[in-house]
Amino acid sequence: MIVVKGLKKNYEGLEVLKGVDLTINKGDVVVLVGPSGCGKSTFLRCLNRLEEPDDGTVLLDGKEVTEKDIDAMRAKMGMVFQHFNLFPHLTVKKNITLAPVHLKLMDQKTADAKAMELLERIGLADKADAYPNMLSGGQKQRIAIVRALAMNPEVLLFDEPTSALDPEMVGEVLELMKELARGGMTMVVVTHEMGFAREVANRVIFIDEGTVKVDKPPQEFFSNIENERLKTFLSKVL
Amino acid sequence: MASMAQQYEVWSALMKSGEEVSLWQQTFVKFYQAFLENDRWLQYIEGVGTTLLVTAIALAIGVVLGGVVALVRVAHDQQRPKHRNPVLGVVDFIFKIYVTVIRGTPMMVQLLIMGMVIFASSRNFTMVGALTLGINSGAYVSEIIRGGLMAVDPGQMEAGRSLGLNYITTMIKIVIPQAIRSVLPALGNEFIILLKDTSLITVIGGKELLYAAQGVMNRTYESMFPLLGTAAIYLVLVMIFTWLLGKFERRLAQSDRR
Repeated sequence: MIVVKGLKKNYEGLEVLKGVDLTINKGDVVVLVGPSGCGKSTFLRCLNRLEEPDDGTVLLDGKEVTEKDIDAMRAKMGMVFQHFNLFPHLTVKKNITLAPVHLKLMDQKTADAKAMELLERIGLADKADAYPNMLSGGQKQRIAIVRALAMNPEVLLFDEPTSALDPEMVGEVLELMKELARGGMTMVVVTHEMGFAREVANRVIFIDEGTVKVDKPPQEFFSNIENERLKTFLSKVL
Repeated sequence: MASMAQQYEVWSALMKSGEEVSLWQQTFVKFYQAFLENDRWLQYIEGVGTTLLVTAIALAIGVVLGGVVALVRVAHDQQRPKHRNPVLGVVDFIFKIYVTVIRGTPMMVQLLIMGMVIFASSRNFTMVGALTLGINSGAYVSEIIRGGLMAVDPGQMEAGRSLGLNYITTMIKIVIPQAIRSVLPALGNEFIILLKDTSLITVIGGKELLYAAQGVMNRTYESMFPLLGTAAIYLVLVMIFTWLLGKFERRLAQSDRR
């Protein structure tokens, strides 16, 4: 579904991505791990061109993602950020319905109903008319996930979704992500939660020095470690 | 009133005849001349009207101009290196010159140039003054708004864009509403400065409050009361303005705590 070929990205002379090739199939739950600064977040952000790649192509459903029709492409790729990035001046419900209504994917009524249904699902229906700064971090992140879901995306991109959360709130967010994965959602997740990778992912990918070093199912990834740098990395995080 | 007028007649006649008069009598006569004789207070009222009108016009020009300049400059700065729009670049360059020139030259000089060079043939001094103040204010307002727009967390723009909203929609629906809040105190300050600066258009013959006061001074050869009166009126206007702004900000702050 997403095909990445030869993706390269430099930051002022520093080569962060040195040609990444990767294919993500429909229904895949891909977890990207690697030491900080290895380019995994940059890779994720290149997929929907929040960062502009210097070289290489990204294909979504066989169509190249380019600057020209980027908005239509992004509408199909939901993104969840480390710092939630909810819109603080809008209510929770408005946060969720703004984009689908504005892009004429649904009318306000349908979008409202959909928002309520999604909020119901995560047990936050009573927060529909609250503003984001009245919510806990975990609630914010779950609403940010719902906001992305309301667009009916083909794939969800998670950029360290639990890194800014208090430890006691990590669980509720991971739980929701697990539920989505079980529901067949295609997901690309950058995270340090190895438990999540082991339990939910069908592929775990180790990115190091700007390239994909290991790409295996989690059982193999964690038990059968050949790559030296992965060994060092895992010994630090596990 | 009638008795005050009679009293004035008596005491001013005394003064003119060169007789000794008390300090109180002198003060009364000067006060009467400054505000009441020939219904001069009407001239001040008229002046205040013009002052408020000029402020309103200059404010409107300043905010519109400042907003446009700020949005263009921010849009230019936020472009990606490889996708720069040449038209935006040219407009941005022109706006940069505008801001530099306006902020780099004294308001008084700008007024004189507009009144005596560019619009030398115009008799509508008040409107030339309002236009000049508006153009001047626009440069400062643009920097205030630009600061406000840049202070909004870049994650907000990313979140909007990642949902498939285009740049302009994200600006209008997400970034600008958040910028307005943070910008309001600084804008209020700018408006108060603008209100007081309207007094400068006197130099090109704009008929606002200070102009009215000068008219009275020229007639009565007396400057204390007209000037003190003018100062008092400005002070009251600014205090009303400050109070209104404070009320507005409190209302915004309330909705912030929701």
